[in-house]
Order: sequence, then C-alpha cells, then structure tokens
Amino acid sequence: MASTHSTIRIMPTGPGHPKRVRSELMRQRLRAAGWFLVPMLVALAIVAGWPLLRTIYFSFTNASLTNLDGAELVGFKNYLSWTVLKSGRVIWSGLLSDPAWWNAVWNTVRFAVLSVALETILGTVVALVLNAEFKGRGLVRAAILIPWAIPTIVSARMWSWMLNDQFGIINDMLMMLGLIDHKIAWTASSDTAMIAVLIVDVWKTTPFMALLILAGLQMIPRDIYEAAAIDGVHPVRTFWRVTLPLVRPALMVAVIFRLLDAMRIFDLIYVLTPNSAQTKTISVLARENLIDFDKFAYGSAQSTMLFLIIALMTILYIWLGKVRFDGGDR
Amino acid sequence: MLWSYTKTSAFYLLVAVIVFVSIFPFYYAILTSFKSGTALFEVNYLPVHFSLDNYVSVLTTGVFVRNLGNSILVATSVVVLALFLAVTAAFALARVSFRGRGLLLMTILAVSMFPQIAVLAGLFELVRAFGLFNTPFALIFSYTIFTLPFTVWVLTTFMRDLPMEIEEAAIVDGASPWIIITKVFMPLMWPALVTTGLLAFIAAWNEFLFALTFTSSNETRTVPVAIALLSGASQYEIPWGRIMAASVIVTVPLVVLVLIFQRKIVQGLTAGGVKG
Repeated sequence: MASTHSTIRIMPTGPGHPKRVRSELMRQRLRAAGWFLVPMLVALAIVAGWPLLRTIYFSFTNASLTNLDGAELVGFKNYLSWTVLKSGRVIWSGLLSDPAWWNAVWNTVRFAVLSVALETILGTVVALVLNAEFKGRGLVRAAILIPWAIPTIVSARMWSWMLNDQFGIINDMLMMLGLIDHKIAWTASSDTAMIAVLIVDVWKTTPFMALLILAGLQMIPRDIYEAAAIDGVHPVRTFWRVTLPLVRPALMVAVIFRLLDAMRIFDLIYVLTPNSAQTKTISVLARENLIDFDKFAYGSAQSTMLFLIIALMTILYIWLGKVRFDGGDR
Repeated sequence: MLWSYTKTSAFYLLVAVIVFVSIFPFYYAILTSFKSGTALFEVNYLPVHFSLDNYVSVLTTGVFVRNLGNSILVATSVVVLALFLAVTAAFALARVSFRGRGLLLMTILAVSMFPQIAVLAGLFELVRAFGLFNTPFALIFSYTIFTLPFTVWVLTTFMRDLPMEIEEAAIVDGASPWIIITKVFMPLMWPALVTTGLLAFIAAWNEFLFALTFTSSNETRTVPVAIALLSGASQYEIPWGRIMAASVIVTVPLVVLVLIFQRKIVQGLTAGGVKG
C-alpha cells in the first residue's frame, strides 16, 4: 500500500542528457543511503549481533562468571549429555533432562497463552467501547493510558501491596462482597501465584492491546455499519460477520507482538513472585543461572533455547500467516 | 423505551468499570504513600490520613535522589543517541529504494523482538571488557538494543508518509540528501521526533533486567531497580509506605507526560503495529 509513495520518482530535469542526470542522482542517493545506514548497523551489530553470538558460544562451553576468558568448548553438554554407568544405567544431564527447565518452559507458555488470550478479549471489549461515540470518551481513553504509563516494576509493587494477604485491599474487597471467606495469600500461595501474575500483566497490558485494536477498528468505514443497520442485521451478528473479519489483520499483528513479548517476561515475575516455582519463567531461570548461581554456561544455554523458541515462533507465524510487517515494497 | 434505557445504563456501567479498574491501583498507591506508622495497616478506600513522612524519608535517607539522577541521565542519553542514529537511517530506509531494503527492515524489527535474556551473557562480557560495569554507560550502551530498532522503525513509517513533492523540489534545487534531512525533513519531523523520543524515554526509564545485572551498588542503580530492591530491616518488614512514595515520585512525571501527549503517543504506538 505504501509502494506508491515510498520511493521518489525523479523526473529528468532538463534538456541535454536526462538519462545521465537521473542515474547520477540515483547513485548519489544510494551512496548517501549507505553512509546513513552504516552507523545504525554498526551500533546494532555491537549491541545485538555480537552479544547474541557470544551467548550462543558460551552455551557450548564451561564458562563461569569469574572465568569467561578461560572457557573451554564442551559441545552439547549443557543441552544434553549422558553417561552410562557400569551397571548399564544411563544418567542424563543437561537442560533437556532438567525438570526445572521444563517447568520454566511450561510456566512461560502457560503465562504467554493465558495472558495474551485474556488481553485480546478484554482489549477488544475496551476498543469497542472506545470506538462508540459517547460523552467522556476522551476521559476514558486518558484513563486507560495510565496502567500503560506506569513502570512494570512500580505496578508489580503496587499490586503486591494490594494483593498482600494481611493488609491488602483486594482481600478486603472480596471479603466485603462475600466472594471469599478467608484471606488469600495471592502472591505467596502456589495455587494463586500465577493468577496474581496474570492479573497484574492483564491490567498493565490490556490498554496497549485495546489501542492497537482500536486503530484497526477506526480503519473500518462507518458506512458498512450503516448498511448493516439499515438491513436490520443484529449488532452481535454485525460484530462477528463484519467487524471481526475486517479487524483481523490488525488483531493478528497485535497478538503476535504481545505473544513474543510475553514469552520473554522477566521483571514482573522477578518482583511480584520471587522464588515461586509456579511462575518461574525461562528468562527468570536463565538469569538466575547466569548471575546468581554462577552457572554461566548453563544459563547461556537456556537463553539460547529461549531465543530459538521465539525465532521459531516468528518464522512459523510469518510463514503461516504471510503477514507483511513492513508495509513497504521489497 | 425501558430496553434502550437498560442498554444505555449497561454501557455506562461498563465504562465506569473500565475507568475504575484503570485508575484505582494508582489512586491506592498515592493513598498509601500518604500514610505512616500503623495507619498503613488499616484498609481505607478514601483519603483519611495525610502525612509526608514517607516522601521525606525516601528523599532524605538513602540514595534515591541519586537513583533518580541516574535514571534521567541514562534515559536522556539513550534517547539522544537513538534519535541521532535513527533519523538518518530512517531517511535511507523510507525514501531511497535499494535492494534488500525489505529484508533490512525485517531484521531491524526482529532485533526489537529479541528476548533481552538472549544477549545478556554476551553483553555482560562486553560491558566488563569495556570497563563499563557498574557505570551508567553500561546502561546507555545496552539500552540501544531496544531503543534503536524501535526509533528507526517508527521514524521510517513517519518519513514514508511525507509528501514527495517537497523532496523533489529540494532535489531540483540541488540539495544533497544530508541537506534534505536537516533542512527540509527535520522541521516537518518535530512532532514525530518528540513522540518517538518520548516512547524511547519511557522504555529506557522502565527497563529492569539490564539495570539489575549491569549495576551492583546502590549509587549506580536506576529507579526501577532501587524500587524493586527497597527493603526494610528484615525480609518480613517491607517498607510499603516508602515504596509507594518512591513509586509515586517516578510515575507522576510519566503519567503527566503521557496524558499531555496522549494523541501523539497513540499514533506512535500504532504506527509500528498496524500496517499489515
């Protein structure tokens, strides 16, 4: 859609040699473009490309936090290895045989799927409300930006105070409404730790989702709704048959962005439910190994696996959905 | 008549719920921050206590003011650096067509989707090798990984929408690409730069993982880490009042900025996302 105006078409400017002028101009622009791109590409190579390669390298070594330079290659030992005992028993080691790793994978996937599903549904509801015309719409839009503007760490601490078992206002509210008969230790209890994390994440991220979906909704021409109304189509049916199919591309982009974002969650869980096995995600586990437990190589292997999982998801999605993120011509 | 009345009330009830859920937690944090002593441990829905003890304690004891300074320094430097690198790159990506442009844009987008943990080990090594560990420069350096792709991406979408007649006129007048960027586009780009800069600033202000890992002393920490690690005498004595006061201090400027620039921010946020 942007292909018509994303490149400049240069017209021959004078008599003489229009063709030569054109190509010279083009060459000058291309050269300038190259120089303009180099600083950014170098910066990205240093802060992203090189560290990523080093992380992958470390995952195949026995590096430790205090001995990065003396790291020796050990092959796939951090991922999977086995030793056969004399008795014939096989002992597996490496992260693929580590229950803590699979627990973290399960937590990450569970968190990502549940949070994004909830945020999509609630985000759609909020977006539909904001898309309607009513008095005070600007006020509502400003209000929903507040959770988005609050730093994650701050919202984690705010909510852990509200969800406090003894003095928390959430327990107080629920008791008052008669929904629970005893105070719940939301963040500490193993049954509710994930629920607590989901509550905070959904609260914080639904506004973002709602704004993306709203932008999609606003691109739908109003006369389609008018036509549906004149034909006497029930609004619910209009939503399923008209709104949803038209907003689907925007919705899918929002969902994939959020999903990839949710897969790497670290800060909220680190602060809200530290040391809870029910919420420990791959990022939290990997950092713990890298920095706190001095298992640098092992943590690098877990980081590399998370990178691979996310890369695979992205490739699969682009391939399946044939989504074009750039909107420009290739 | 009755039916339509019910429908309208249900709609406004929904609106009220959305607004309540959005602002109540922050309201409650402000409420808590004004409580001191045992007042903290009674649940109040309306403001009944007012004491500035927590604010005084946060700002005068410890190094929170220093942490605020660090955050401002890091976030500002990161934004300036990212915008500087991104403006020229965005020009090349938006206005000049060359082979591999689509691929390059995809790569940049892919970098912004990087899980930060995947570069943590490699960055840790780099930061130590450069002697940046436990300095603000470690953060300025590492934050480029998420601010730069984002600013390039958003500025590219903005620049692509500038009318080409302006540029053609400049080319006819013999302006070089550098002149076109600085003299022709920059004046038109101010709103976009402000929006992008603000979003990058917020991202840098809120970052936690790198700040937690690349700084190790109280004096060099940024505010998110300071707030996360703020603790009392023992593990069981969490100083909720001070935590809430510190939280309010770092959040109020952001909320004010976001509310002032809300239209621009919504545009900036959706520019990257919904162009499929």
